[in-house]
Amino acid sequence: MSLAIELEVKHNVLCIRLAGELDHHTAEELRHKVTVMLEENPINHIVLNLGKLSFMDSSGLGVILGRYKQIKNGGGEMVVCSISPAVERLFEMSGLFKIIRQENDEDYALQTLGVA
Amino acid sequence: MKIMRCKHWGWHNMKNEMHLQFSALSQNESFARVTVASFIAQLDPTLDELTEIKTVVSEAVTNAIIHGYDNDPDGVVYISCTLEDDNVVSLTIKDEGIGIIDIDEARQPLFTTKPELERSGMGFTIMENFMDEVEIFTSETKGTIIRLKKHLSKSKALCN
Repeated sequence: MSLAIELEVKHNVLCIRLAGELDHHTAEELRHKVTVMLEENPINHIVLNLGKLSFMDSSGLGVILGRYKQIKNGGGEMVVCSISPAVERLFEMSGLFKIIRQENDEDYALQTLGVA
Repeated sequence: MKIMRCKHWGWHNMKNEMHLQFSALSQNESFARVTVASFIAQLDPTLDELTEIKTVVSEAVTNAIIHGYDNDPDGVVYISCTLEDDNVVSLTIKDEGIGIIDIDEARQPLFTTKPELERSGMGFTIMENFMDEVEIFTSETKGTIIRLKKHLSKSKALCN
């Protein structure tokens, strides 16, 4: 199983929806696709929907941290939503929740960023 | 190791091994963790235990590919997995790459020698959190061996 990446721009927010497995092999494609979107669109914030992510390891943490830094440089925020208990454990272990806000679902995450 | 008295086999010390070797290519990371998980499934682990084992296999194999072999696909990654009769899983992940210069540094959370590759530096921290035992053997000329051990929670009846 590989990784399916769905990207959608809603106003100034990039929604990243991931399904499948995020590891070292699939992280590169995610890094590339998101970087291109950030370069080509006026995006301030990222909402990362991990609801359908079945597996993630430390390479996933690395690529998420990298995108956080990109969006933070422009003064924006990253919000993660629909996170599974297994992925949540990795976020907690690495301290990512100290810099990335967590919300229950994508609609609410978008609302908090001013997108109805 | 616990020795069980079984009706048909007498005093029997059961051990079940699996050995795997493959090219140091990132597309094999998924293959490695799924294969090990399939082998371990016969011990009837919980879903959490299975996820933990898949994650640590992914960490160790990724380390072998990126750090041990510096992404050279001619490298070979070796995995051995042993199921012991007291519900213990032993895993060995080996590479014949460049070795780890400073093990203490490598084990620190968030430490990485390759920040430019967006490595999180969490690999060994995750292995130590998810497994009961983690041993690292490394040498600049011979490469690295990671030995991992986990006691599964459920005890399965072996003789009935």
